[in-house]
Amino acid sequence: MIHFLVHDTADTVGVAVVDIAAGTECAGRDLSTNKPLAAKTEQNIPLGHKLALKDFAVGDTVIKYGCEIGKVVQPIRAGQHVHVHNLKTKRWA
Amino acid sequence: MKDQKILAYRRENGRVGVRNHVIILPVDDISNAACEAVGNNIKGTLALPHAYGRLQFGEDLELFFRTMIGTGSNPNVAAVVVIGIEPGWTQRIVDGIAKTGKPVAGFSIEGQGDIATIAQASVKAKEFVQWASELQRTECKFSELYISVKCGESDTTTGLSSCPTVGNVIDKHCALGGTASFGETSELTGAEHIVAAKAANEAVRKQFMAAFEDYTKLVFNEKTNDLSESQPTKGNIAGGLTTIEEKALGNVEKLGKKTKFVGCLKPAQAPTDQGLWYMDTSSAAAEAVTLWAASGAVVHLFPTGQGNVIGNPIEPVIKLSGNPKTVKTMADHIDLDVSPILQGEMTLDQAGDALIEMIVRTANGRFTAAEALGHREFVMTKLYRSA
Repeated sequence: MIHFLVHDTADTVGVAVVDIAAGTECAGRDLSTNKPLAAKTEQNIPLGHKLALKDFAVGDTVIKYGCEIGKVVQPIRAGQHVHVHNLKTKRWA
Repeated sequence: MKDQKILAYRRENGRVGVRNHVIILPVDDISNAACEAVGNNIKGTLALPHAYGRLQFGEDLELFFRTMIGTGSNPNVAAVVVIGIEPGWTQRIVDGIAKTGKPVAGFSIEGQGDIATIAQASVKAKEFVQWASELQRTECKFSELYISVKCGESDTTTGLSSCPTVGNVIDKHCALGGTASFGETSELTGAEHIVAAKAANEAVRKQFMAAFEDYTKLVFNEKTNDLSESQPTKGNIAGGLTTIEEKALGNVEKLGKKTKFVGCLKPAQAPTDQGLWYMDTSSAAAEAVTLWAASGAVVHLFPTGQGNVIGNPIEPVIKLSGNPKTVKTMADHIDLDVSPILQGEMTLDQAGDALIEMIVRTANGRFTAAEALGHREFVMTKLYRSA
């Protein structure tokens, strides 16, 4: 079973394609290369939600599809849930 | 891919439609009651009530007429009865639709009242619907379909599965010489550089960027916050989308990998040639699909993640989802399940072929989920306040 996918090799987050419990050793896949990836969750990640693939500090940029999707507003550790509580748009602000 | 055969209606002007509606079109909000009465009197006709048509002016009025005339002119419409309060604007819409060669007749209420107008219009509507009921589907080509695309209630699965499935179909359709259109200007924010790079030439790129920057200016003039209550929507956020940039990057997967877009359209403007066209539309589903139907699109492809339920009265809306939860919890709204893509059990190419098969079945007459459920959202786009 695949737990998460990433769109591009440059991506710093993965997308859960099943509901993942905290502490799971996850199998992932890079869609741009078809290569397998591995990660461990530190928090529950619901299907469709994002999993940090590295540690982030406030002000860092998150990359998905190989592009910027916003700026980090709370520190994030690898394996944690990335969403509206710690990531904000850089546009319209 | 070879160009498949479909069974469809070839209209007087040569255009191909997949439905055979006789519509009762109000010129203005106050003529809705008469139109709905005619729609009730004559079975098989369809009244399209809407909220506008009075005291509009300038570009907003031009968009109004383009939407009205375009809706009547859509190849999915066999014949049209137009009813307005005054004869002038009624006749302008009748004359616009008549250019297609299809049967159209106009009636105005002022000076005689609703009841007499309803009686006269019902006689004509009965004549039209009986005539239309004898029209036969004939063999046409898949590439003759004008297809529009827009997603809704997106989540991260749309960017992984249903949007790139539509992109696969756009690549195949446009390679055959088909016509298609995408839009959703606001939901390109964060991916505008990707769209700009897909422009067929520098003039088209500049035109697209001008439309995009115009929209960005509007947001900055009107906004009271960073739009985080509207874009992404609560549904998008529930599905895992965090920012407009992330939403836009998933959205533009619908544009395909190879296809360049050949031109930019104003809202409700018809493409003048084959290929993929950008239309400057809102990202609200019912408004946007109404604009594409008015531009002549005959089938709409609608990827959804969390489960949008939108339909349109004259343009069948085919819904596909790659979210394994949504395809179960909202199965009544989903025409095609592409969720096996997430586990690598279906390729995008296979999903694209499955969607093409669903388009063929829909073109041949299969009701979409939205049609069977009676979704007939007809929502005019209004640019600013009336005079």
